[in-house]
Amino acid sequence: MRRYFGRKLITYLITFFIAATIDWMIPRFMPGDPVQGLVSRTGGISPEGSAALVQYYNNLFGLDRPLYEQFLNFWISLLHGDLGRSVFEHGQPVTQAIMAAVPYTLALLIPAILLSWWAGNSFGALAARRKWLDNAVLPVGYILTATPYMWLALVLSFVLAFSLRIFPQSGGYGYNLEPSLTWTFFTDLFGHWMLPFLSLFMVMFGGWAIGMRNMIIYELESDYSRYLEALGAPQGLVRKYAFRNAMLPQITGLALQLGVIVSGNLVTEIVFSYPGIGNLLFNAIKSEDYFLLQGIFLFIIAGVLIANFLVDVVYVIVDPRTRVGMRGGTA
Amino acid sequence: MQVGKSRVLALLAIMSIVASVSACGSSSATASGATSNETYPRAETLYTTGKQWGAPSTWNPLDPNAAMGVVGLQYETLFMYDPLKDVYTPWLAESGTWDSAKTTYTIKTRSGVKWSDGQDFSADDVAFTIGLAKIKAVGSNLWTYVTDASATDASTVVVKFSNPAYQEWAQWLYNSPILPKHIWNDKANEDILKDVNQNGVGTGPYTYKTASADRMVWQKNDSWWAKTALNLDVKPKYIVDIVNGANSVALGQLLAGGLDLSNNYFPGIANIVTGGYGITTYFAGPPYMLSGNTAVLVPNTLKKPLDDPAFRKALATAINTDDIVNKDYGNIVAKSDATGLLPTFSKYVDTAQRDSLGFSFDTAKAKQMLADAGYVVGSDGFVTNKDGSALKLTLEVPDGWSDWMAAESMIAASAKLAGINIDPQHPDYNTVVADRNGTADKAPTFDLIINNDVQIGNTPWTWYDYVFRQPLQVGAAKNRNFESYKNDAAWALVQQLDKTPVEDTATMKTLCSQLQKIQLTDMPVIPLWYNGIWSQSSNAVWTSWPSEKGAQVLPATWNGYWQMGATLMLTQITAVPPAK
Repeated sequence: MRRYFGRKLITYLITFFIAATIDWMIPRFMPGDPVQGLVSRTGGISPEGSAALVQYYNNLFGLDRPLYEQFLNFWISLLHGDLGRSVFEHGQPVTQAIMAAVPYTLALLIPAILLSWWAGNSFGALAARRKWLDNAVLPVGYILTATPYMWLALVLSFVLAFSLRIFPQSGGYGYNLEPSLTWTFFTDLFGHWMLPFLSLFMVMFGGWAIGMRNMIIYELESDYSRYLEALGAPQGLVRKYAFRNAMLPQITGLALQLGVIVSGNLVTEIVFSYPGIGNLLFNAIKSEDYFLLQGIFLFIIAGVLIANFLVDVVYVIVDPRTRVGMRGGTA
Repeated sequence: MQVGKSRVLALLAIMSIVASVSACGSSSATASGATSNETYPRAETLYTTGKQWGAPSTWNPLDPNAAMGVVGLQYETLFMYDPLKDVYTPWLAESGTWDSAKTTYTIKTRSGVKWSDGQDFSADDVAFTIGLAKIKAVGSNLWTYVTDASATDASTVVVKFSNPAYQEWAQWLYNSPILPKHIWNDKANEDILKDVNQNGVGTGPYTYKTASADRMVWQKNDSWWAKTALNLDVKPKYIVDIVNGANSVALGQLLAGGLDLSNNYFPGIANIVTGGYGITTYFAGPPYMLSGNTAVLVPNTLKKPLDDPAFRKALATAINTDDIVNKDYGNIVAKSDATGLLPTFSKYVDTAQRDSLGFSFDTAKAKQMLADAGYVVGSDGFVTNKDGSALKLTLEVPDGWSDWMAAESMIAASAKLAGINIDPQHPDYNTVVADRNGTADKAPTFDLIINNDVQIGNTPWTWYDYVFRQPLQVGAAKNRNFESYKNDAAWALVQQLDKTPVEDTATMKTLCSQLQKIQLTDMPVIPLWYNGIWSQSSNAVWTSWPSEKGAQVLPATWNGYWQMGATLMLTQITAVPPAK
């Protein structure tokens, strides 16, 4: 067990180191100079002031030091939890910008991923055994999972927010409110959360439901199920085994899907101007804020690696064969 | 029983979705319809957007990128300048006068003005603020012509000059916020720009309320001095400025009455203005928007054949700008005057000279001009360099700037008809800037770019400084004379213009006329169209917006616009009585 996790951990650390290094390199080896771009957007300053401002920003971002020193400083500050400063937000620490956005994204992603995974799997399993449900779920599931996140988000926004006005159109909470520990604020926060959540949930739900339905049918057709049936085992027992086996690819699928979900979250947040990481990333790309981009990517890399690690752990728990494998046996 | 359980789970899942949807539907309906629990009551709140492209991150009035409203709503300037009327109105100053030799300027500060922490505003604050301009990163060159600034008593500041740049000083007077000495005096010079100054102390009509990643909120300062001194009162109790999101979001909010003023560029806004949605713009018809800056085609005069004035003039004649105005912008911009001066500077245009030397779109004439200048058409139908080599010019605009990307295609298409081969490109913004500026040891590499860096203001000097600036700047800080055009006579005139008092319009006109002659003859840059002061307002909650027929003030929330009269917009709008 220790060897298994030790190996996994080392793999993750190496992955993180390489990813972070590439992440560090990108802004520095891109054509163009971010400070020059920033100063150029600043209108109405004298030529003397412009020169002084270039110097000021180069110093602020630490770009006036040799590259190896910048690389060392990057790792030192990274280990201190400092991701540098945002160019676009005029020297605001990147960590601060990300921390302001993280709660929104997590509040959106975690329920959307877990609920859709759970609901989709349950629903798919149920559909595999009910003809009428199957006939209904299959087409709906295919349509949902084939829908681009952005398109569904736009449709929801148009119908539920713009036409019917059931939900607010954009923002993290009402522009007429200040955060407070009141019922009004929380219901409002929830109302703003609902549409982005729904658009993420629905697309993912469709995918899981289809996958699970197919897996269950496959497992019920497999030899061990038939053997059990032939032995006269009760239907419930057969299905229990089928469900357990069908779960495994779905867990792997969850790990593989994480990256896609993060990008789906990006467009959803843009459509609803939801102040999470996706929106921040979009702004950073638009304004070519390399340091903010670098910070967000690091955050996403870390997030995806941690999530994958958790899935590894879950795998050990749910699949006895992995445990056997760890002890050196064969399944 | 796994399977049985899963059925229950699935049912639970469905129920939870339905329940949450309906619960939320009802809760948000109350939230949006409720008035009692709002922090900012709708009828007293002005919702704006258009200035912030990212989270408000600094409220330092010395930072040119400070959050929306920091200078204007919170910190104020000595004068207000109205470009539409060309009038300087004393603001924090009661008066400002030159002595007879015009080398000493005496500022009388306004009495009865208080900082938002209750302290009195005084001449000391003004003298201190002028002193701050010595710090280079603050971006001012004030102390290249100011020699001394001191408060002689509580309400008098005497500023001494050597060879004063009157035009720039006038600009400083209405552009630079006055800071409270009792707070800023303690900050070290190197921290002065780094300080984000959240919830700072100012004299203006609003004070900081709150800010988050997607908004900036101001609250009315009930003891604003102008209430008694100038009988002015800002109407909205709160101003909530929303960070720009997707265009569709802003437009949707504007149409739904959730936004009152949008300073975003909306393609096709003309249809909405005329469509009866209660959305208005400054002009009821084309160009709908006031003109805020001139978009020019900048040729790199260090390269052949763009170093040849004859070629540049032929190029100018070959461009169908009307097409860009009509088809690209749907008539929400206006074609530029041949001199490039904004409509607010029309009195400085020597019209007779412009009519004889200016250019206008004429493909046949452009062809003739090229032939006359010795450019021969090659086998592919395009003119070649004078040495016979193929000639292909690149035109760069930043990727994603959709209106400019459409414009560059149209420029390329109409130049093609005259035989000039232009290749429209759109690399990312930083690459365009890098190609445009070059570095200390590498000349700029672009052929043609579009640029609009000079904003509306008090003096045509800004425009001529932009066109003719010398010595040429190199590298990252370059922000003038991108075409690298060198004309010593013109540069001498520009400096002379800078040193002409703003009251002396006769001399200003003469100098401008001479500069226009050089500009129209040599064509260092090619003026194309005026970008608008994009502004569309909803009349659902607030009305009496600035317009051609109503209050004639600038309707913009962008930095630099408040002190050009936009603050007055807040005193002139009126609340729409709630519908019964």
